[in-house]
Amino acid sequence: MKSETIQTVRIQQKAPRRNFSAEIFEKIMRVLFSVCGFIAVGFVIVITIFLIISGVPAIKEIGITKFLFGTKWIPTADSPEFGIMPFILASFYGTFGAILIGVPLGILCAVFLTKISGKRISEVVSGAVNLMAGIPSVVYGLVGMIVIVPAVREIFGLPDGANLFSAILVLAVMILPSVISVSETALNAVPKEFEEASLALGATKTETIFKVTVPAAKSGILAAVVLGVGRAIGEAMAVMMVSGNVANMPKIFGSVRFLTTAVASEMSYSSGLQRQALFSIALVLFIFIMAINLVLNLVIKREKK
Amino acid sequence: MNEKISNTRKIRDFILKSLVWLSAVIICLLLLGMLCFILIKGLPHISLKLLTTKPSLLNDTAGILPNLLNTLYIIMITLLIVLPLGVGSAVYLNEYAKNKKAVQLIELATETLAGIPSIIYGLVGMLIFVQFCSLGTSLLAGAFTLVIMTLPTIIRTTQESLKTVPDSYREGSLGLGAGKWYMIRTAVLPSAIDGIVTGCILSVGRIVGESAALLFTAGMANEILNPVQAVSKGGAGSTLTVSMYMYAKERGDFDTAFAIAAILLILTLLLNISAKFTAKLLKRGDKQ
Repeated sequence: MKSETIQTVRIQQKAPRRNFSAEIFEKIMRVLFSVCGFIAVGFVIVITIFLIISGVPAIKEIGITKFLFGTKWIPTADSPEFGIMPFILASFYGTFGAILIGVPLGILCAVFLTKISGKRISEVVSGAVNLMAGIPSVVYGLVGMIVIVPAVREIFGLPDGANLFSAILVLAVMILPSVISVSETALNAVPKEFEEASLALGATKTETIFKVTVPAAKSGILAAVVLGVGRAIGEAMAVMMVSGNVANMPKIFGSVRFLTTAVASEMSYSSGLQRQALFSIALVLFIFIMAINLVLNLVIKREKK
Repeated sequence: MNEKISNTRKIRDFILKSLVWLSAVIICLLLLGMLCFILIKGLPHISLKLLTTKPSLLNDTAGILPNLLNTLYIIMITLLIVLPLGVGSAVYLNEYAKNKKAVQLIELATETLAGIPSIIYGLVGMLIFVQFCSLGTSLLAGAFTLVIMTLPTIIRTTQESLKTVPDSYREGSLGLGAGKWYMIRTAVLPSAIDGIVTGCILSVGRIVGESAALLFTAGMANEILNPVQAVSKGGAGSTLTVSMYMYAKERGDFDTAFAIAAILLILTLLLNISAKFTAKLLKRGDKQ
């Protein structure tokens, strides 16, 4: 009873005030929400500006061709050289290798989840894939360090197992969750009629899946691949733990350094031009990522049409 | 039916089908193997002493209390900032924005933020918060960096949830004379609570697992900080993931590294499960 009377009193007090200030109040809220709305745009702009401001000076000083196409990275020598071709190539090969292993595996798994397995199994495997997506990258790195690196060393008889091949294996596992979930959505979006028509024409279930469903989900699967590329090229910590981290031109069984790990590994102790060059590497990486995002957006847009 | 199919087709069918099964089995085994491996190697090394002390070089002991606390601080600071921003942004996109171009621009920006790798966030966070805002290497700088990183998650989950709120709620509220903000606060947001909570849980997962973005922003210190130190300038400290990286890569102390990995795995598992169930529970509560 008591609380009710208090409430009515409050409403009586509030009502006239709301009328006076309601419009202004609503306007303030609208402005606040608009600010929140555009804050993401603001962040993107700020990030871009900061990367360009801090990345360009070193490129200017070193020379863009020397920086991008130079094959030697010896920043602390008497006559230092800042060529990031080894990093670019290592990132490229690493990503390509991860895609080569991870994408077929991921797509087949997505086919399994959407078309072949029953609801129960599918739920369990989906849960597993979700869990995989949530595991921190350093944990992948740790397992890679303890399991994959020694295994690669033993199997191929190498002095050191921390190399490009180990990094590819770890990356292949790490891109699986994104590849699987995006291809799953794509496969689920294929109209049932396509499959029914194919089955009615006498194709087996498996033939239908691989000759009708998968081709029909082509652009969605392409989006999955592009997303995987983005994940692989941007991964730093796990790669740092298994790739050996030496600035060599990449060989499959040689110790390599990626664009991401080049930034991460020297940032803590570098100074002067070397530090600025690291920002330039980040800028190059950022440009790659933006290009990949652009492609991803185009692919998704085409699919929507 | 099947007898009429030629042998080559049968064989091809069989091969493809077994490849599909094989890949699913491989992925499950991979995950299962990894889980078992980490838990077997890590769980025996989790002790009360590890959880309640700070590392001491003198006694050569490892302790992760500072890292646990730092992780907690960073989660709280980040969520406190990102939640109003992200929910506000989603509300703007869904309730206020009328200009289609503006919505597209914001959505493009959000997608871009989601695609930027964490090492770049780490670098930019260092440039902006540590140097430009002169916060120094600190938990605050780390948390601010993570705010930018987790913003897309909160916006996306909230927005999806807002879209499912029926228009009749809005019309009913407005029809009774409520202002727009009053309508959002009392009718729209409470019905979208499941998306907001899911977004929070996903963000916590992202924060717990993040390392590259924190390495240069929140630092690598292992001191115990009280809450006041945690939100002041220069209050630096490493979270669980960063300290795990240091234990494994710099110090070669794999026992502690695996213990932390096991803790991280259990946390991930719990967050995953709670994300799934809160969404279901809150949705159900909504219907009643």
